[in-house]
Amino acid sequence: MVTLAKKLLSKASGQSKLTAGDIIICDVDLAMIHDSGGPRRVKPILERLNRKVWDKNKIVVVTDHYVPADSDETRAIQALTKKWVKDQSIENFYDEQGICHVVLPERGHLTPGIFCVGGDSHSPTGGAFGAYMFGIGATEMAGVLATGSIWIQTPETILMSWKNQLPEYVTAKDMMLAMCSKIGMGGGRYQAIQYAGETIRSLPMQERMTLSNMAAELGAQVGLIAPDETTIAYVEAAGGQVPENWRDFQIETAEKPSNIINFDATNLSPQIAAPHSPANADDASEFRNIGFDVAYIGACTGAKYIDLVAAAKVLRGRHIANGITLKVAPASLRDQNRAKDDGIMQVLQDAGAEFLSNSCGICAGYGEDRLGENQVCISSTARNFKGRMGAQTSAVYLASPYTVAASAVTGTLTDPRLLLGE
Amino acid sequence: MPRLWRLEGTIDTDVLAPGYYMKSPLPELAKHCLEAVRSDFSHSVNQGDVILANANMGVGSSREQAAEVLKYLGIAAVIAPSFAGIFYRNAVNLGLPVFTIDEVLMDMPTLVDGAKVKFDFDTAELQILDDATSISLIPFPGFLKELILDGGLVPHLEKRFQTEGSSV
Repeated sequence: MVTLAKKLLSKASGQSKLTAGDIIICDVDLAMIHDSGGPRRVKPILERLNRKVWDKNKIVVVTDHYVPADSDETRAIQALTKKWVKDQSIENFYDEQGICHVVLPERGHLTPGIFCVGGDSHSPTGGAFGAYMFGIGATEMAGVLATGSIWIQTPETILMSWKNQLPEYVTAKDMMLAMCSKIGMGGGRYQAIQYAGETIRSLPMQERMTLSNMAAELGAQVGLIAPDETTIAYVEAAGGQVPENWRDFQIETAEKPSNIINFDATNLSPQIAAPHSPANADDASEFRNIGFDVAYIGACTGAKYIDLVAAAKVLRGRHIANGITLKVAPASLRDQNRAKDDGIMQVLQDAGAEFLSNSCGICAGYGEDRLGENQVCISSTARNFKGRMGAQTSAVYLASPYTVAASAVTGTLTDPRLLLGE
Repeated sequence: MPRLWRLEGTIDTDVLAPGYYMKSPLPELAKHCLEAVRSDFSHSVNQGDVILANANMGVGSSREQAAEVLKYLGIAAVIAPSFAGIFYRNAVNLGLPVFTIDEVLMDMPTLVDGAKVKFDFDTAELQILDDATSISLIPFPGFLKELILDGGLVPHLEKRFQTEGSSV
């Protein structure tokens, strides 16, 4: 049975018949790196190998982790990044334009059928566009930059099959947390996860990106979605090149029935994942009288334009509770500008939000703006591992932007439907 | 004498290489390795020690420093019932031996934290010196074993480029 994953890998490896388990060498169509795992790590390796990058036009560099650079160390990292990009004559350089996983598609770099690697674990986001994209470490990235190829083991496909439509105020993040809860963080077994069914086909691209992104939290290598008219419309609007044969990638199947996991969107409630794992998810209504210090709307999975719109729906005409802080870090500059033009940013500001840079921000815990000792946070991000967003004693609950915003209003963890009506 | 570090819970990349110290050089980052779950680890770990972790070892970020700090601290092998995909690839690429162990063997009473051990990469065998038992682990597929024996991807590529006799 030819799955979407195998179809993509056949194209990348030039091998027509693939069986799960086959180790193959794939040609890379696009390699994305950022300021943390990118130039500062790959430069010394390429120098040691005495190689330049294999194809500068296939490399995209984004600064998003050490933004803003708030120390001498991080300023030095950004300076090194800029110099390396110049030395290598790389034109696809997006400096402080937003988080790599959002910037990459919005600038038209992702199209159905291509094979990509990213120097970041949330690189499976590219799967939302029908691209085979996964995350690798810096040494392996240096190998790709030197050779233009990478080995992989052909995966099986685990099909997350969703039927019916999501209720109002229930989002891709809620679907994702429910899937994490059901199969666990290792449940993806480093195979190819594919999201399929009518629920998925009804989702706009930025919601699909949240699902593909968090294939990482399911332990999968990739999180694929078959391209459709929604995909093509997005890619064309972003200035991407749509291949003529894109319909060849409209495949929704797994190798065997036991690899299909069924979900029904009809009865899904807003979800909250308790510290310290996304798999600790349950219905938001189960979390009663739990207070917190910081509400955070940020990250590639939780602060895109569509997420800001969701938060504004809750916050319009309301104000955050006394004693808590709401921080918003729009995922890209473009999304922020669009939200500004639409009055969304004003709604958030009027509700009491503070704004941070268009970067990974508190989600990565890299900078000085992080959670303090014993602080509790409810966050629209992807991961709530112990200490990730700050002090080892801090704790993070994960939820959708609706739920984070509703909780910010009441001051305790809250099902957004209590405020918005079902 | 090398010892076994038996780690409880799920070990993610944020506890192996905490984000806040990612800007720092490796020796500084290594001081904070596992501090959230084993505050004694970084200052008492020794060359040749072995880590035994639970399933999905190294889940999380793609930051290879999560594997690199363990190699830097002298860990001879990381053993777990399963590994997160990116961590596994990073470990191999950096020349850090990672081995899967049958889940059933995790219950062996001798596999306790602090046990005196000796690890043999070539035979993929973990000897527990306290009671003279040994455990055979699933050996590496040939292609990956070669990568580790070369010392990781970079020395492996150096060798390959030398054989090809050209450099761009």
